[in-house]
Amino acid sequence: MKLTLNEDQLMLQASARDFCQEKAPVSVLRRLRDEKDPLGYDPTLWKQMSELGWTGMAIPEAYGGYAFGYGGLGVILEETGRTLLASPLISTVVIGATAITLGGSEEQKSSLLPAIVSGGLTLALALEESGFHNPAKTACEARASGDGYALSGNKVFVLDGHIADKLIVVARTSSQPGDEHGLSLFLVDKDADGLEVQRRWMVDSRNAAAVMLNNVKVNEDALLGEVDQGFELLDRVLDVARIGLGAEMLGSIQQVFEGTVEYLQQRMQFGVPIGAFQALQHRAADMYSEIELCRSLVRAALNALDEQQEPKRIAQLASAAKAKVSDTFFTVSNEGIQMHGGIGMTDEFDMGFYLKRARVAQQTFGDAAFHRDRFASLQGF
Amino acid sequence: MASLDEFRQSTRAWLEANCPPSMRTPMPQDEVVWGGRNAKFKNPDSKVWLERMAAKGWTTPTWPSEYGGGGLSKAEAMVLQEEMARIGARTPLNSFGISMLGPVLLQYGTEEQKQEHIPKIIRGEIRWCQGYSEPGAGSDLASLGTKAIRDGDYFVVNGQKVWTSYADKSDWIFCLVRTDFEAPKHKGISFLLFDMASPGVSTKPIQLISGASPFCETFFDDVKVPAKNLLGDLNDGWTIAKRLLQHERTMISGFGLSGSRPGKAMPLEEVARQYHNDGDRLSDPVLRDRIAQFKIDAEAFALTSRRSAEEAKESEGPSATSSVLKYYGTELNKRRMELLLQAMGTQSLGWEGDGFEDSELDTTRGWLRSKGNSIEGGTSEIQLNVIAKRVLELPDIMNFVGKKK
Repeated sequence: MKLTLNEDQLMLQASARDFCQEKAPVSVLRRLRDEKDPLGYDPTLWKQMSELGWTGMAIPEAYGGYAFGYGGLGVILEETGRTLLASPLISTVVIGATAITLGGSEEQKSSLLPAIVSGGLTLALALEESGFHNPAKTACEARASGDGYALSGNKVFVLDGHIADKLIVVARTSSQPGDEHGLSLFLVDKDADGLEVQRRWMVDSRNAAAVMLNNVKVNEDALLGEVDQGFELLDRVLDVARIGLGAEMLGSIQQVFEGTVEYLQQRMQFGVPIGAFQALQHRAADMYSEIELCRSLVRAALNALDEQQEPKRIAQLASAAKAKVSDTFFTVSNEGIQMHGGIGMTDEFDMGFYLKRARVAQQTFGDAAFHRDRFASLQGF
Repeated sequence: MASLDEFRQSTRAWLEANCPPSMRTPMPQDEVVWGGRNAKFKNPDSKVWLERMAAKGWTTPTWPSEYGGGGLSKAEAMVLQEEMARIGARTPLNSFGISMLGPVLLQYGTEEQKQEHIPKIIRGEIRWCQGYSEPGAGSDLASLGTKAIRDGDYFVVNGQKVWTSYADKSDWIFCLVRTDFEAPKHKGISFLLFDMASPGVSTKPIQLISGASPFCETFFDDVKVPAKNLLGDLNDGWTIAKRLLQHERTMISGFGLSGSRPGKAMPLEEVARQYHNDGDRLSDPVLRDRIAQFKIDAEAFALTSRRSAEEAKESEGPSATSSVLKYYGTELNKRRMELLLQAMGTQSLGWEGDGFEDSELDTTRGWLRSKGNSIEGGTSEIQLNVIAKRVLELPDIMNFVGKKK
């Protein structure tokens, strides 16, 4: 599969760009932040996104989706990254729909996937238990109880947790924290007894929540995938999430970089545009090269998903892409501030939003060091 | 794409029938074929392989068949490359004629020049070298001073070139000379082709920090060059020179693709494991992290090279992105060599004699040689200048300080 966009993807890119620039510029996120919007996203925009078909991109046609592939979804995510569009797209579509498609029973698929496509169902993954991504360390407990399970434990950094209709809770049904074996995934309704969700206000003004589970009872049919075998499913879902987030980050990186280069061309000091100074030119040219490499990795990883390459290969590409994109977003967001000088430090200018988003996105689903370690392990060293 | 499938089938069959078994093994450095009047074939199969491939035009798959090239489309050439890779077939012919001169000769040459030179490049009969850098003209190449003065049907060339790879083994040179001494520096350069056997041409090898090297100093003392050997228009040689540099950069960027270099295929982590006596997991966490980072960048770079080739229009060849590839590829290769040293410890720091394996001594020399990668073919700093100006369209400081000459 080619690393360049095909005709359909180019059209999708153009329409997604129009939508994001016109309907969802950074000022939308700024308003949600300034008004301390209780939802943290704009439901009207979300409805329009589902009408555009974005919620059904990577969902099989049998369940009401459009089977446009992850390549298509990636193109859209890139555009949402350009304007920092806050929406449940990653938590519900990239993660939720993928988890159900890969691990769900026939009944779960046919009841939940069409609801995702129509924009009527939002999901969130309740995974992390500390400030550091480490799925195998999950301690949250799921004890067999009656016809089902009872879940107890605390989750943090649950993206879109407080607006989700259902949570996908990662819990331990056997073995010890640190073991990959013994994890299971459960679908839990937002109003289940014993479930408490508290919103957390993050620096990037995007949605995250803490989730407390106190003996939350679920039936057997709440289980997503095989009992005790959840790690493998989770890892595949996370790889899709890492690649999807990588695409979103790539969009943000490009936006910051293009804006910065434009500023270098225009800002006059010492009687010349500052972009004429080699000290800045070389840093800009170096960033350009790194961004080109990021783009290639993200495209290759999206292709690998659509070609359904073996999970190990996808995992390698996902970790390579997430590591590289995280490092590059770090550099580009820092340089974006520095090269803009004082104006970059003002809240009135949008650059700060991208810097804040960069750090959150870098750590989401594993930071660069996590993924280099994982990449090395996957390659057998 | 039925026809492409058919092409694959027939190519596969032809390669099976015609590629000698020894040409399907990794190529040691001393079996690389460069061609030329005095071509040496350490392995006789190399000659057979070259002749068979040249007869098909597959030493230059996409060059026009009217001059003996393969006449393949980009897609077919890709298939050929894949099929050769499938059986591990060696590159039959390496030459600066193929990677640098040929493409600009096809673009700018007269019919007569093409007829004369292209077939010999394809068949590996003439080995070319590049007369670009001078002692006073490195990064500022356009300030070169080698003179060519018109005298009847000839140019008389006087001056000196430096860093001429394989000048002492080459048959012909493509050479930048100054033909107008009043015009601004970029406007007085011409592009000449001439025989290195011409009276007045002499060469002297240069020893590098890595020991012996292919580089030479090349001297021209009243060398008579037929006027018909001018490529392109008089005083317009800089246009061709720059175009050729893009091809050169694309070639050099290939050094960054690990494993593409003949004979040296052991992955970094494997080397590190052996020298550290490690089991599955490397014991030095810093080295492990750096190797992972290198491998991720190497993979991203290889994908970017591929994407860049996909994006290039069928007929246009390399663009300013060749500077991205040249810059990144050479920096990557330097990183690889430094990591090899770190992975091997002091065994990678021997110079000669007992106590070191050949592969270890090769590593030492290779590490030293790699320092030149980001200098030759335009330094990394020049590549960054090109990216800043051509791709990012950032302004040129020279336009503001009034020093442009």
